[in-house]
Amino acid sequence: MKLKFFPLTELCSGLFLTLKYMFLKKKVTLAYPYEKGALSPRFRGEHALRRYPNGEERCIACKLCEAVCPAQAITIEAEEREDGSRRATRYDIDMIKCIYCGLCEESCPVDAIVEGPNFEFATDTREELYYNKDKLLANGDRWEVAIAARLEQDARYR
Amino acid sequence: MPKLTIDDKEIDVPEGMTVLQAAEMLGIEIPVFCYHPKLSIAGNCRMCLVDMEHSPKPIASCAMPASEGMVIRTQTPMVKKARQGVLEFLLINHPLDCPICDQGGECDLQDISVAYGGDSSRYALNKRAVPDKEFGPLIETAMNRCIQCTRCIRFATEVAGVPELGATGRGEDMEIGTYIQKAITSELSGNMIDICPVGALTSKPYNYRGRSWELSHTPSIDVFDAVGSAIRLDTRGREVMRVLPRQNDEVNEDWISDKVRFSYDGLKYQRLDHPYVRQKDGRLAPVSWDKAFEAIAEQLRDIPGNQIAAIVGDMVDAEAMVALKDLMVALGSPHIDCRQDGAKNGSEPRCSYLFNTTIAGIERADFCLLIGTNPRWEAPLINARIRKNYLYSGFPVALVGPSHDLGYPVDSLGSDPLILEEILRGHHPIISLLKTAKRPMMIVGPGALRREDGATLLCLARQVADKYGFIHQRKTTIPDPWNGFNVLHTAASRVGGFDLGLLPGPKGYDVKGMLDAAAAKKLKAIYLLGADEIDMASLKSTFVIYQGHHGDRGASVADVVLPGAAYTEKSGTYVNTEGRVQRSLKAVSPPGDAKEDWKIIRALSEKLGHTLPYNTLEEVRARLVEANSLFEELDTVQRAPWLPFGQEGKISSESFTAALESFYMTDSISRHSITMAKCEREIAQGAPHG
Repeated sequence: MKLKFFPLTELCSGLFLTLKYMFLKKKVTLAYPYEKGALSPRFRGEHALRRYPNGEERCIACKLCEAVCPAQAITIEAEEREDGSRRATRYDIDMIKCIYCGLCEESCPVDAIVEGPNFEFATDTREELYYNKDKLLANGDRWEVAIAARLEQDARYR
Repeated sequence: MPKLTIDDKEIDVPEGMTVLQAAEMLGIEIPVFCYHPKLSIAGNCRMCLVDMEHSPKPIASCAMPASEGMVIRTQTPMVKKARQGVLEFLLINHPLDCPICDQGGECDLQDISVAYGGDSSRYALNKRAVPDKEFGPLIETAMNRCIQCTRCIRFATEVAGVPELGATGRGEDMEIGTYIQKAITSELSGNMIDICPVGALTSKPYNYRGRSWELSHTPSIDVFDAVGSAIRLDTRGREVMRVLPRQNDEVNEDWISDKVRFSYDGLKYQRLDHPYVRQKDGRLAPVSWDKAFEAIAEQLRDIPGNQIAAIVGDMVDAEAMVALKDLMVALGSPHIDCRQDGAKNGSEPRCSYLFNTTIAGIERADFCLLIGTNPRWEAPLINARIRKNYLYSGFPVALVGPSHDLGYPVDSLGSDPLILEEILRGHHPIISLLKTAKRPMMIVGPGALRREDGATLLCLARQVADKYGFIHQRKTTIPDPWNGFNVLHTAASRVGGFDLGLLPGPKGYDVKGMLDAAAAKKLKAIYLLGADEIDMASLKSTFVIYQGHHGDRGASVADVVLPGAAYTEKSGTYVNTEGRVQRSLKAVSPPGDAKEDWKIIRALSEKLGHTLPYNTLEEVRARLVEANSLFEELDTVQRAPWLPFGQEGKISSESFTAALESFYMTDSISRHSITMAKCEREIAQGAPHG
């Protein structure tokens, strides 16, 4: 085995790399949460139930999302509402069970359940992650502008 | 036997069969909408078009009789194109609202469109719109979805015998309706929901509540009458969501009565979910099982066996009955009875209390004499069979008893029981018909058996049967034995009770005797096993133990209430009016602390010091077979040999009265069903909807 002539070569090249990133390369880290990375319009984040522009909830309790859900995270109960329309009396998603596959969104015939851009919904307790219909509708109201923009961007690929 | 070829497979079929049926025998699937095996052929949906050799056009296979040498092809490009064309036309005016349609997931139009349809529609104009109709409290309509197959019209006119539905208008303007707005007045109307191939007719109580794919199915038996129809309980979680028929051509064909189909909501209300003991202040307080049993043991300790009595209700399974009978024998009581309505029959021989002709056998009869019965209310499916035979053979039906619209012409002879004596003596004009009949049948109903002279009437009916050839014994000259003597029961537990001998023993009281003795304070304790249809006023001073599933009439007078299981909550054995032993399975668990009935009796027997010798359901069923070997064989009718029975005597001239006052609310479950209450109001009494 031949001894290396200059034992400090590796050290210098390593140090050079560090200096290169310090002064010559563009910065890639983000100052999260003050800065955020770009999200694809197909990003599958927190669920939301949407409404029509007139305020009527879209979901008609057809239960296709419940049927398609591979993690069986969705529970729906339905009844006839007073005006004779079909509505969910209960729409629960267990966000811990959910695997964020997006099949619920894909199966929905009325674009009611969607996976929005929000990924910051960590909570202190598990119970807070058992979403009910009110929570999901509130999500929809909060994120509607962003969700609608994303759906529009992606519409031509669907 | 014409021989034809379908898709290169040869088959011999009986004369009169259609091409569609022949294909079905070969296992070749042909999609259909308007064809239904139990209804007449309409041939108007055109979905079953197939290619026939030497025919320039495709033929409707459901309406084409199979004939010698036919060559049929079901997979040619022409057939494929014809099917796609028919489906495209059907879907032009179909709203495609599958996501909100209750039929979604079990819809013929959905399935067939996926399997045989094209991929798109070329129709861009407005779809037609049809106003929804009001069909009463059971059927929800969405007439936009209707594809005019006319199955519902044919069902109403043919099977149900109520020609209230029809089509008005032609072509695109055709609408199905009741002509004038009214509820459909049939006891079988719910079957229209099943036969509707799309979601035009759906169940109103089940409306929007569930989806077909999320329900578990449990085979069970109808306990609301003694027909023992095969049913399927569809459950989700702990709730029965709906009840559907299972096909059993021997009993109910494809149909069930509205009472079993829609009264399941009664299982949710007024349920007994705790044992209760009556306190000193007269109120029932919930207690533990141990406390309830102790209260019973304490009371019964000082009462001699012959002052304890038991009455069995109408929906009790054979397992509970045999356990109760064993307990009463152990206690030394001869007072036990399963005839709440006070019927006077039930003793040996077995042929004296069975529907000997069998339900399927009705189709072979050529004369029918109804005695004190209204089969339309007491057994709607037996009535449907009688009507079926009337449609095919036009056989005459005569009625002795209060007349009622049965859905087919009936020669009403009057409701005087003395008419039977006239018939027996040969003085009545009806005997000219009777003498020409080769296979006459008679149905003796509860209206006759419940009378004081019920036993005498039964004997009289037997004499008529013997004299006019209602019974052909198997002889070399008669290859085809026939028993036309039938007793129609209304209680699901009745024949099972008779087979197990739940009748008063020597010196035992029958139900009326028990009530009289209780009123006279000669009976100290009485055990009501699901018995609610008796006069509770006479039980005031008696110690009453009520075991059942509903807080109904029996529980209101009880001193100790033991919560039992309803028919959906236990696996039970029932014997129908033909003597067919059938078994149901458990679909859901009983509510709260309620238990299966035989288990309660078994546990109580231990506290009373007469431990019954069985611990598992299998052991109880072994005991059933030991008590009567008939219980060994399920789902078959074991014919009873014809033996003489009955006691001659004088019959009173008092007219027959109707046994049932209403069809819809007759027992503890249907009395607590909101749907049945609506039916009673809107269908039976004709109150306007709303």
